[in-house]
Amino acid sequence: MLGRWIENQVWLGAAQAGVTMVAALLVVWLTVRLKLGLKKDILVALGRGVAQIVLVGFLLTVIFGADLWIAVPVIMIMIVTASVMTIKRVSQIPNALRISLLGITAGAGLVIGVMTFLGVIEQDLTSIIPIGSMMVYGAMNTNALMMERFRSEVGSHVGQIEAGLALGASPEQVIRPYARRAVTSALTPNINGLRSLGIVWIPGAMAGMVLAGENPAYAGFYQFVVSGSIFVTAGITVLISIALLRKQVFSEAEQLLLRSEAEL
Amino acid sequence: MGLPAVEWWILDKMRQKQHSFLSVEGLTYVIDGQTILSDISFEVSAGERMAIFGPSGSGKSTLIRMINRLDEPTSGIIRVEGEDYRNIPPSSLRRRLGMVLQNPNLFPGTVADNLSFGPLSHGESLTEDDIRTLLTGVDLEGFENRDISRLSGGEAQRVNLARTLANKPEALLLDEPTSALDEAAKAEVEATIMSVINAHQVTCILVTHDPEQVRRLSERVMLLEDGQLVADGPVAEVLNVG
Repeated sequence: MLGRWIENQVWLGAAQAGVTMVAALLVVWLTVRLKLGLKKDILVALGRGVAQIVLVGFLLTVIFGADLWIAVPVIMIMIVTASVMTIKRVSQIPNALRISLLGITAGAGLVIGVMTFLGVIEQDLTSIIPIGSMMVYGAMNTNALMMERFRSEVGSHVGQIEAGLALGASPEQVIRPYARRAVTSALTPNINGLRSLGIVWIPGAMAGMVLAGENPAYAGFYQFVVSGSIFVTAGITVLISIALLRKQVFSEAEQLLLRSEAEL
Repeated sequence: MGLPAVEWWILDKMRQKQHSFLSVEGLTYVIDGQTILSDISFEVSAGERMAIFGPSGSGKSTLIRMINRLDEPTSGIIRVEGEDYRNIPPSSLRRRLGMVLQNPNLFPGTVADNLSFGPLSHGESLTEDDIRTLLTGVDLEGFENRDISRLSGGEAQRVNLARTLANKPEALLLDEPTSALDEAAKAEVEATIMSVINAHQVTCILVTHDPEQVRRLSERVMLLEDGQLVADGPVAEVLNVG
């Protein structure tokens, strides 16, 4: 209906966003009526969400007109921002930012680079930047989950870790079960996502392609490229991060530095 | 029971003739501006049974953790048979000075899995006979395949002791080994400790806040108060003054 009244695509988008905002405000009104205490949180989230995504939309309009090399600094900015956001709840771990930065750069950088070089991701900005952002976002979430779980596993098993050290085991040996658990739990949502792909949900990339009139079969293959690449990125990221992270919780004299949940 | 002063003097002379197994010199530990241990010095002879005694917060657990190098002193030095312990790889040092922590903190699995952990961590394995012998030593015959979730508090602490003994340590460091146990289990564990010490002729340092336990298990006691070493001598003498 809106499309019949508004011809300019940007104004049409603004009107569609406006309708969505009205629906969201109805939810806010309901939460106020039910005294859920969420009004401020939802309003801030809605405001930030609309401002950020519209700003990025305008920014991408400018970026897509630039040379291909602009993808490198754009992806790097995304990686740095993702690394900072990853460590919000684990900043007490020594060198957490450096570890997160190295992990996400290696995971996302490697996968985006190889996939673009091989032509799996088309060598133009309209493909590299959106797909790259999905990989960085996936790596950020997986890495944050892994780091938080690792911190919590170490904090709640101080006694067993120190018992192992006191029995002459190396830090590598005593930390192994907790590192393994952190990686497994962080990758589980990705694995479940792959398993349920197409059956439980049709993800954004495929939905967007189908909405844009692409062949649904091709969209299906391409969705696997995106989802599979996100999984590979997340996997490389957490494996590199955990390898670096497990060394941070012990001193050179093989003493546990993170002693309890309260100290973390 | 403690020894009369004359007998203590004779024992002390004998000990001086024996070689010093452990020597602690000027050990100080300061954390967040708070002094936990202040200039602690003492020696322990091979085969000696010594207790570190004091009220809660006196620094006794910190001291025994430092001997096992689970914590690092701010200053001071510890020597094991004359060698600076910083020159010994931590994992080797910890196998030589076997520590039994206050809570058993057993690993998930069976009793045998727990006994095998220390030897396996440096590439050795225990035979079934080794496991049986260790369990007999702590009066837990037939417990090899029992899951640790099915152990009582006293049984778990005795498995903890056997797990430490599986490394064949030269000394036992016991950090309040019965503080989490009821009276019956405490008596069982104390009896096991005494029988293990006698059987292995192992040097033993016990941390406790229980004066009766000091009397039952030790021949010498060091009294710590607010991180300071205030007395060191025969049990009867120190505890009567304390």
